[in-house]
Formats: sequence, structure tokens, C-alpha cells
Amino acid sequence: MIKNICEKINATVIAGADEMEKEISGVYICDLLSWVMSHANKGDAWITVMSHANVVAVASLLDLGCVIVPEDIKMDEDAIKKANEEGIPLLSTSMNSYEIAIALNNMGLGL
Amino acid sequence: MSLIQYHFNVEKDDFDRAGEASSNIKKILRQLGIDAAIIRKVAISTYEAEINVVIHSLGGVISLEIDTSSIKITAKDRGPGIANIELAMQAGYSTASDKVREMGFGAGMGLPNMEKCADKFEVESVVGIGTTITMHMYI
Ligand SMILES: Nc1ncnc2c1ncn2[C@@H]1O[C@H](COP(=O)(O)OP(=O)(O)OP(=O)(O)O)[C@@H](O)[C@H]1O
Ligand SMILES: [Mg+2]
Repeated sequence: MIKNICEKINATVIAGADEMEKEISGVYICDLLSWVMSHANKGDAWITVMSHANVVAVASLLDLGCVIVPEDIKMDEDAIKKANEEGIPLLSTSMNSYEIAIALNNMGLGL
Repeated sequence: MSLIQYHFNVEKDDFDRAGEASSNIKKILRQLGIDAAIIRKVAISTYEAEINVVIHSLGGVISLEIDTSSIKITAKDRGPGIANIELAMQAGYSTASDKVREMGFGAGMGLPNMEKCADKFEVESVVGIGTTITMHMYI
């Protein structure tokens, strides 16, 4: 559940707080949007440093589980607004992508 | 003859609304009860076509047409057109500006993604006139 992920990576929920019970089925890390478009799977937690609203569009079109923004990167206001509208959880953490991946792997995700 | 038709205007450089046409099309297909795997393919290829209209063209229209056997997506723009379609189709080829690359576009994967997701895929382009991408997904 996204709730458990938040605890593990010490994340702040910046959008989509209603979706915390949703299950996550995998993990995907990439910042090139059309690469993500062709390789990420439904239900994935997507780790990206991109902070604009198109991230939310991609996540929503692919039915991704949530977006995790590493290293305290600030998301754009319109991305947050769109994520709330689309019900896409946005999680922010101070960990870097590698540390997040290790934490999620320890939870048994992405195997 | 198509039973259902929708058209969505897509503006040049309108990054705030980029993806809206694809998102609306996805919602329509969901309401119609189309198979999830097909919706995914339509969503991916429509998004790639829509973003190309936003970043590479002067603006255009995305259309959805559905008949009893297929979903047809058309992305028609007002130019500048593609001089070498074969080159543009190559994975990794991109003329995207530094500004849009910073946003995560420009991997040169959009057209290959569309071709992969569509059951039938066509690019027509005339320099100075515009580009039309036509994709069919069989249902
Ligand atoms: N509608 C269009 N009008 C004019 N040129 C286009 C259009 N669509 C694509 N192109 C040209 O074809 C190239 C390849 O397109 P493609 O979608 O594969 O990659 P990209 O848009 O550059 O990057 P990505 O889609 O991975 O973000 C573009 O860089 C551009 O030069
Ligand atoms: Mg593209």
C-alpha cells in the first residue's frame, strides 16, 4: 500500500491523499517521458525528477500507482492540482532515487 | 462509417494542456467499456501524437473515430511537416529543443512507440503544409 511506502521512505504526500490504500505492484525509474510511456506498467510507483504537470498526465494515462519525487524536488503547482484532480498520489522525499529503490526493494517491490 | 467521432484542438507550445486530448479519449473509451489492453495502447499512441503536435508543429487537431471493428486516431497538424519520415521514425532521432528536453521530451521514441502500439500506422507529411498521423487499433 502507498501508505506503507510513505512510511518506509519518509515521504510527504503532496497530492492524491485519498488514495493511500491503493496497492503498488512494481517500480519504474526514468525521466524521459516517451521512454516511460513505453516501458512503465500499470500500478508502478514511478520515481522521477521531473516536476511539471506532464508527469501527472503520463502517470494517469498509464494508470501508474503513484509518482515519487526524490531529493526534496519541488513539484509545480499545476502538477499538484492536476494530480489531485486525477487521483494520482505524489510523494516527496529527501532520499535519492537509488535509496528509494533500495527501500522499495526491501519491501518486496519490483521483484 | 464511424459511429462515434470526437475532435480535440491541440495548440502549439501549450504544455499546461498537453495530454488533455489523450486523457479525454481514454475516458471516452473507458465509458464505452473497451478492453483495458486496447485502451492502454490507444492512450500511449495518442499521447505521443498529441505531444508531437505541441512541441514540433504549429498546432492541429486530434480526432477519435470508432466503428464496429476499430478505433481510429488521427493527429493532423498545420505544419511545418517532416522532410525525412524514415529518419524521423528511427528510435532516438529527435530535433527537440533544449527547453523541451529539460522537460523530459526528446528521447526520439514517440513515433516508434506509436508504430508499436497501433495495429495500422501511417504518416503522411508535406513540408510547409503539415503532418497527418493515422492509427487504427482493432477491437
Ligand atoms: N507533428 C510533427 N511535425 C513536425 N515534425 C515532427 C512531428 N512529429 C515528429 N516530428 C519530427 O520527428 C522527430 C521524431 O519524433 P519522435 O516523436 O519520435 O521523437 P521526439 O518527439 O523528438 O521525442 P520523444 O517523442 O521521445 O519525446 C521529432 O524530433 C521531429 O523532428
Ligand atoms: Mg515525440
